[in-house]
Amino acid sequence: MNPTTPAPAIEATGLRKAYGDKLVLDGIDLHVPRGTVFALLGPNGAGKTTTVQILSTLIRADGGEARVAGHDVAAAAQTVRAAIGVTGQFSAVDNLITGEENMALMADLHHLPRPEGARVTAELLARFDLVEAAKKPASTYSGGMRRRLDIAMTLVGSPEVIFLDEPTTGLDPRSRHTMWQIIRDLVAGGVTVFLTTQYLEEADQLADRIAVLSGGRIVAEGTPDELKRLVPGGHVRLRFLDPAELARAAQVLDVGTRDDEALTLQVPGDGSVHTLRALFDILDGASITVDSLTVHTPDLDDVFFAVTGRPDHEKVQAR
Amino acid sequence: MTTATQPVPHLRDSLTMLRRNLLHARRYPSMTLQVALIPVFLLLLFVYVFGGALGTGIGHGGGRTAYLAYLVPGILLMTAGTGAVPTAVAVCTDMTEGIVARFRTMAISRPSILVGHVVGSVIQTMINLTLVIAVALAIGFRPNANPLEWLAAIGLLVLFVSGLTWLSVALGLLSKTPEGASNAPLPISFLLPFVSSTFVPVDSMPSGIRWFAEYQPFTTVIETLRGLLTGTEIGHNGWMAVAWSVAIAVLGFVWSLRLFDRDPR
Repeated sequence: MNPTTPAPAIEATGLRKAYGDKLVLDGIDLHVPRGTVFALLGPNGAGKTTTVQILSTLIRADGGEARVAGHDVAAAAQTVRAAIGVTGQFSAVDNLITGEENMALMADLHHLPRPEGARVTAELLARFDLVEAAKKPASTYSGGMRRRLDIAMTLVGSPEVIFLDEPTTGLDPRSRHTMWQIIRDLVAGGVTVFLTTQYLEEADQLADRIAVLSGGRIVAEGTPDELKRLVPGGHVRLRFLDPAELARAAQVLDVGTRDDEALTLQVPGDGSVHTLRALFDILDGASITVDSLTVHTPDLDDVFFAVTGRPDHEKVQAR
Repeated sequence: MTTATQPVPHLRDSLTMLRRNLLHARRYPSMTLQVALIPVFLLLLFVYVFGGALGTGIGHGGGRTAYLAYLVPGILLMTAGTGAVPTAVAVCTDMTEGIVARFRTMAISRPSILVGHVVGSVIQTMINLTLVIAVALAIGFRPNANPLEWLAAIGLLVLFVSGLTWLSVALGLLSKTPEGASNAPLPISFLLPFVSSTFVPVDSMPSGIRWFAEYQPFTTVIETLRGLLTGTEIGHNGWMAVAWSVAIAVLGFVWSLRLFDRDPR
């Protein structure tokens, strides 16, 4: 490692991968600084898992270059492997043996001396609330427990960069929040986290930067706030009791989208107190009675649909 | 950074992987146990049901006891052959598990994952062979081998079983489903043990089959074991048995590593 200019945790240019005729990744560029959380957001089949598989040396890219922890994933795969930890979409635990035996297996493969291996194992089992289940086969674990064991196993080697492929898919809300806290704690400890998710809220909650992957290409990238600013979706929605009031409001405000059936007027605006007060001043001045008012700020759903151009609710589940 | 130039800890990781496989075998012994029972069943069937007639057919003074002496080396090879099935299935199943994907992303010796399977399976098959010999001794098998001949017989069995096991690992890696993996080793587990000198001498076969049966690996190993254990003529079978064993082991090893090095899907 060069101490003066630390390489980014992950850097990729032009990653390409095809299975037969099917192009899965069509030129992916990534830049993830150390100590940050990066979320790759996209629907099923967007290429998220393939990206993780390439960056974690599990499969080879057809084209492009990727460096993880400062090393080329193709030329120095073994060095990259020593620096990373991977928790897959399908739990990477040995279901036939107990949680404790899984941990011991990891300690042995990291060549920890026996006493240290036992100490690390006990510590991690306690940290992830698995002490009671330690002597039971992993096949008997619930989804949340298995995912926790999975992460505990990943941490035995003290990785610098951790890949989490859909870490909360299939978990119940409580387990999902536990997982989020685990991820926040990992980052507080200085590691870099690269996570994939199909949940917009998850990316919003955890990530410093988000890339939206769609059809093998990154269609948007930025901080959650930057992405939200990409869509001018903010507006105030005024509802009236009778059409006459609506007509007068539309006349004095002279902006917005009028819906005569719903008796609503949609006025662009960010919903801040300042813009609301200006709005009220105009309406009061004209003595117009407003029945109700709702403020709509853009969320990542809007961003997602705006940049991928297809509001496919089956694939994208916003929670 | 010296990580890249450090020697890969093949031995240490292989031992770890072997411990994992032995743990699996101890927890789930059902399939491996079943596999040991097939040759025992065939031994009893052929000795007690067909043995009288077959014993007369093979000559050497005939009789059931003579046939038992003739049959045991072949049954030992059949035990070695049937061991291929659980190995191929276990490897195929293992490759679909997330844990192996994890192993592939860790800085460990890659062959160790397969070596663990191979050594575990060889140990299992040697246990099965011991069981079969014990049954044979119990029903009256009386080998006349001296300790050196026993040692040579065991050595040859370990060598041949290792070869078959590496080949089974390759077949397991090649198979897309565990069902496919249980059929893939059929030539090893069924065809070759039967079309050999296991049950009857190859002289009694029609010329085409006889030529095949005489020179195929199982027969050469059977005839060598027969010579070592019961004092029959070994002849050219000795070096051929060793050559076949080494060739199968090398083929299975190289093929397995190449298959394992493909990108998983």
